[in-house]
Parts: sequence; structure tokens; C-alpha cells
Amino acid sequence: MKLVDQAQVEKKMGSRLINNQIFKTIFLIATLFSLVVLGILMYRIFTQGYEFLSADFFNNFASRRPSNAGIKAAFIGTLWVMGVTIPVALIFGVGTAIYLEEYAKKNKFTRFIQMNISNLAGVPSIVFGLLGLTIFVRYFELGRSIMAAGFTMALLILPVIVVASQESIRAVPGQLREASFGMGATKWQTIYRVVLPTAIPGILTGSILAFSRAVGETAPLIVVGAFAYVNYLPDGLLSTFTVMPIQIYNWASRPQTDFHDLAAAGIIILFIILIVMNTVAVLIRNKFSKRY
Amino acid sequence: MAMSSGQSIRDLIKEKKAKNSSGRLVEKAVPVILLLTAIVSVLTTLGILYTLIVETVIFFSQVPFMEFITKTEWLPFASGDENKVYGISALVSGTLLVTVIATIVAVPFGLGAAIYLSEYASDRVRRIVKPILEILAGIPTIVYGFFALTFVTPLLQKLIPDLPFFNALSPGIVVGIMIIPMIASLSDDAMSSVPNAIREGALAMGATKFELAIKIILPAAISGIVASFVLGISRAIGETMIVTLAGGSNPNFTFNPTETIQTMTSYIVQASTGDAGFGTTQYYSIYAVGMTLFVFTLIMNILAQYISRRFREEY
Repeated sequence: MKLVDQAQVEKKMGSRLINNQIFKTIFLIATLFSLVVLGILMYRIFTQGYEFLSADFFNNFASRRPSNAGIKAAFIGTLWVMGVTIPVALIFGVGTAIYLEEYAKKNKFTRFIQMNISNLAGVPSIVFGLLGLTIFVRYFELGRSIMAAGFTMALLILPVIVVASQESIRAVPGQLREASFGMGATKWQTIYRVVLPTAIPGILTGSILAFSRAVGETAPLIVVGAFAYVNYLPDGLLSTFTVMPIQIYNWASRPQTDFHDLAAAGIIILFIILIVMNTVAVLIRNKFSKRY
Repeated sequence: MAMSSGQSIRDLIKEKKAKNSSGRLVEKAVPVILLLTAIVSVLTTLGILYTLIVETVIFFSQVPFMEFITKTEWLPFASGDENKVYGISALVSGTLLVTVIATIVAVPFGLGAAIYLSEYASDRVRRIVKPILEILAGIPTIVYGFFALTFVTPLLQKLIPDLPFFNALSPGIVVGIMIIPMIASLSDDAMSSVPNAIREGALAMGATKFELAIKIILPAAISGIVASFVLGISRAIGETMIVTLAGGSNPNFTFNPTETIQTMTSYIVQASTGDAGFGTTQYYSIYAVGMTLFVFTLIMNILAQYISRRFREEY
């Protein structure tokens, strides 16, 4: 008995191969679609925004006249907010990761914290804004300030930093710890002098990517109450403020096309910041990535 | 350790003991401090729940719960108290409309890209395409919103002449584009983790790559793939800036993508940019909307976790 009918197989072979070729092309087009969209998006924004890019755009405050408007207050505001967000998020994020990886026993409580962190990562950013509005703006009476915004943002990116830090702490090989213990080091000495220095490039890479998300995040800060029209520089952590994405939102939501070009110029600046941050992250990853 | 001539052994022992006891203190304090930092994430969750529940309860003391879930109009800023209506379904329908459009765009392109990357692409192509997808995933949503408003909407208006400037279609498509990288990369991970022995077995039996991908790899990785869809949908529900910029602010109980709509998220933005003063019913309404949004995304996230755990194929 013939198991396979040779003639039958050969008859079908042609159409099967054609099918394969057709679908390969379809899948390739699906992949290229994203790349094409990215290309169009970049091209549109650069052609719209480049003529507004000048020293004035950097040095001017918001204005009702597009030609006088600049991004200074928003740019400085972003720096202030990140100045709060980065240390707070790093301290709590890396602390949590060290606790979970090095100290926590494998019990229900640890699993609860872990599950809680992965669920937090899926909460929409605007809900963090509501949290910030009630807890930081109203209960702690920080007002619509840089500090309230910075704290809100720190909580938003906390899960990302915890997960990235956990991964890179876990990647530190056990022999290094054992060698350190064998030399008589205590647990904290081992963590502080051996585990952390080894894990720090991975922690930084993941954290910088989280910070770059915070730089572009808009919705929570609108809820916390960043102002759209600011023509002064912040003078402290309790000062009112605006940030770049909110300034861009404000320009983009106006009907006049001149303001749209301004928004595009703002986006270019935002892109430059993000590219710099991502490049730094990649450089750190490449420079310090050791294999044990 | 160098022993100075003036010090006796006893002094050295004393010194060492003093040092050790401060060291022991550090050893005991550090885990406690680190535990406190870990508690912050739990406090964040509790804070979110507390905030949403407390303010939502106040809202429902002013607006009947039945009105909230049965009325199909959302008119919090109508003049005169008797004209104000709070029917969440007007906002939910806007959100669902955008989400459905986004899913229709994102699933085929995301899955197609994932199949190409995991089954067809050479290592070199993967090394080029994956970082570009990461760039797409890292673009701030405000930029996508700007793109929807200034490029996609005018383009659609050329195709559909009487399309209003603010509509559900344009932000829906762009939200879909936004979640493609997420679906592509998670599905690619799921398919790439199917062991090569299975691929080689199928190819040795004479399967074409397409048959391999559709009949073998896709079913084997289905849990991860479906979980990526659900996570993408959850992201689309919570997406804010794209729908705020391009969707409009007209709460509208409709399932027609060419109409102006308002989503739950864009209502929260509208009400927080100054239209709702502290202590008013409108102010509390943003928390009731936020609560609804939170419940929707929570259900999706739990569903995604359940799917990827329950239907995982172990090799």
C-alpha cells in the first residue's frame, strides 16, 4: 500500500509553494507598514517644524502670536519635573528590586507584591493622574506643583524600573555572591559592593528607557494640573509649571495651522531629548555588558 | 590590618567589636528599609483604589447609580441642574468604538509582522526591524495624536468627503498603529519560544513555511498571541492623548465611526483642564469615569494573565 500518493503531492506542490510566496509577501507588507508609517510621521513633523526651530524658539515663552512663541518654560519645566521623578523612582524602584531579589522569602506576601507590580504596569496613565490629584495635590497640599507632578510620574514608571532592575540583579551570577560571602563579607556588603556594581548597567539602561517614557507622558500631568500657558520659569519645587508634551498638546489643539507648526517644532525638540536618552541607554548597555 | 605599636591587642579587639556592632545594625536596618521601599508599590495600588472608591462614592451620593449605567447621554456641563445627565454609556461607546477600530488595524498588522519576524526573516532583518519597532513603541502618544489630527484626519476627509474634523475613525486607526509594535513584539516572543525541533519536524515532513507558521507555530503559541491582543486592547482603552486630540469632545452614544465622539479618557482630560471646579459634581464625575476605566483595563489585564497561564503549551 502506498502511504503517499506521489502524483497527488506533486499536483498540489505548485499551489502550496505559490501560497507560501503570497503569504510571505503579505507578512512582509504587514511588517513594512509600521516602518512606512514611522517614516511618514518623521517626515511630516520635520518638514512642518523645522522653520520654527531657532534660538528664539528656545528662549521665548508661550505667546498668543505663533511667531513669538517658544518652548523655554516647558523645557525647563520638564527638567524640573524629571529632577524630582528620577531620584524618587530610582530609590524606590531599585530598593524594591533588591528587596524582592535578595531578601524576600518566597512566600505569599512576596508573590502579592510581585503580582501587584505587574498589575500596576497595566493601569492607564491617566488613572495615575487621578491618584496624584487626590493624594499629592489635595491631601499632601502640594498644590498643582512640580513636586506633585514629579511624585505622580515616579509612581507611574516605578513598575518598569522595578522589573528592569530585578532582571539585571537576577542576571548577576551566584558565584560572585558566594565568592563574596566566602571572603567574609556580610549580606549587605555583598549586595552593595558586588551585586549592585555588576547589575548597575542593566538597571540604568532599563531606567533611562522608563525616564524617556516619563518625558513624553502627557495625560497624568494634565490631570495633576500642569498649566498650559506659562510665561515664567519655575522658582522652586512648589512652583506651578508646564512641561513639553503639554505645551505641544496646547499648540496642537488650536485651530490655526501656525500653531500646528509650532507643535511640530516642539515635537522635534522632544524627539532630540528622547534620542539622546535612548542613545545613552544603548551605549551603557554596550559598554558594560559583561558575560560571566 | 597594620598594628600600631602603641595599641594593645585588647584595644584592637574593642575597636573591632565596636565596628561589628555598627555593621550589625546596618545589616539589620537595610532589609527593613528595602521592605519599606517595596511597600510603596502596594501603597500606590491602595492609593489608586482608595482615591477612586472614595470620590466615586461621593459622586453616587449626588447622582443615582441607575442613571449612571442606564442613561445614554453624558451632559455634565449642561446649564441648569435638571438638564445635567450622567449616563456613562455615551463615553463607553466612544471608547469601545475607538478600541474596536484600533484592534481591527493592529491585530492583522501586528500578527503579520510577528509571523514574518519569527518565521521568515533572517537574523539580519530581525536585527534591523526590531529596534525600529521599539522606536515606534517609544514615541510619546501626544506625537501620535498630533499625527492623527494633522495627517490622518485630512487624508480620511479626502476619502470620505463629509467626515467631520473630529471623528472616531482617525484616532482609532492611529491608536491601532500605536499598539502594533506591542502586539508584534509580544507575539513574536511567543512564537520564537516554540522549540526549533518542532519546526524542523514539520519542515522535514514537507510543510511549507506558511503551513508551518499557520498550522504548527500559531496554535502552539496561541496563548501568548491572544494575551498580546488582550494587552493591546487594554492599552487602547486607556489611551488618552490621541483620542483627546483627534476624537473630539462630544459624548455620543453611537457605533458609527464617522461621528464625533468622546472617550472616557478624553472626558477626564476635558474636565481636568478647567471645566470642573473642585467639589462640584463634575469634579467627582471624573473619578467615577476613572473608576469605570480602571475596571475595564483591570478585567483585560487579568484576562491576559489568565489566558497566558491557562492555555500555555509546555515543552
